[in-house]
Amino acid sequence: MILAKVVGTVVATRKDEKLVSTKLLVARPVDPRGKAEGSYLVAVDTVDAGFGETVLIVSGSSARMASGMKDCPVDAAIVGIVDTVEVKD
Amino acid sequence: MQLARVLGEVVSTVKDANLSGMKLLVVQPLLASGEPVGRTLVALDSVGAGVGENVFFVRGREAAFPFYPGEPPTDATIIGIVDHWNT
Repeated sequence: MILAKVVGTVVATRKDEKLVSTKLLVARPVDPRGKAEGSYLVAVDTVDAGFGETVLIVSGSSARMASGMKDCPVDAAIVGIVDTVEVKD
Repeated sequence: MQLARVLGEVVSTVKDANLSGMKLLVVQPLLASGEPVGRTLVALDSVGAGVGENVFFVRGREAAFPFYPGEPPTDATIIGIVDHWNT
């Protein structure tokens, strides 16, 4: 899983029918100290995350194990809202 | 599987129901020389690892298997604490 910050929402009227009524967010990966790194990605939100929150994103086929994502065409799902990250030094 | 060092802990209250009670750790992948390589990631812990320990973890769909028959949505899970390694 990676840490990421929610930076926006995606609105799509035409999409795969399995994705109807899912919430799609734009997220930017961050390091444990909150510094942005890498490129943006679109993730399905399963925990009601909001703009500006740091979240946990699960990628690849594991994203389909997120709640309600069975058999959905997704490769990134937000599965947690991060309260704190504690790193050594 | 990959070698990594545990750098820290993640606290998350609101999360997928299948993740409740699971320990989330920040890990830094390592080269065989012990140098860090690549980006840090968050992994579930299935072996009771702690901050500062060297571990190995599995990526991908298989990362959920240590919790069978549970199905936590994870793509990285620590599955061993490394005592030492030789290259």
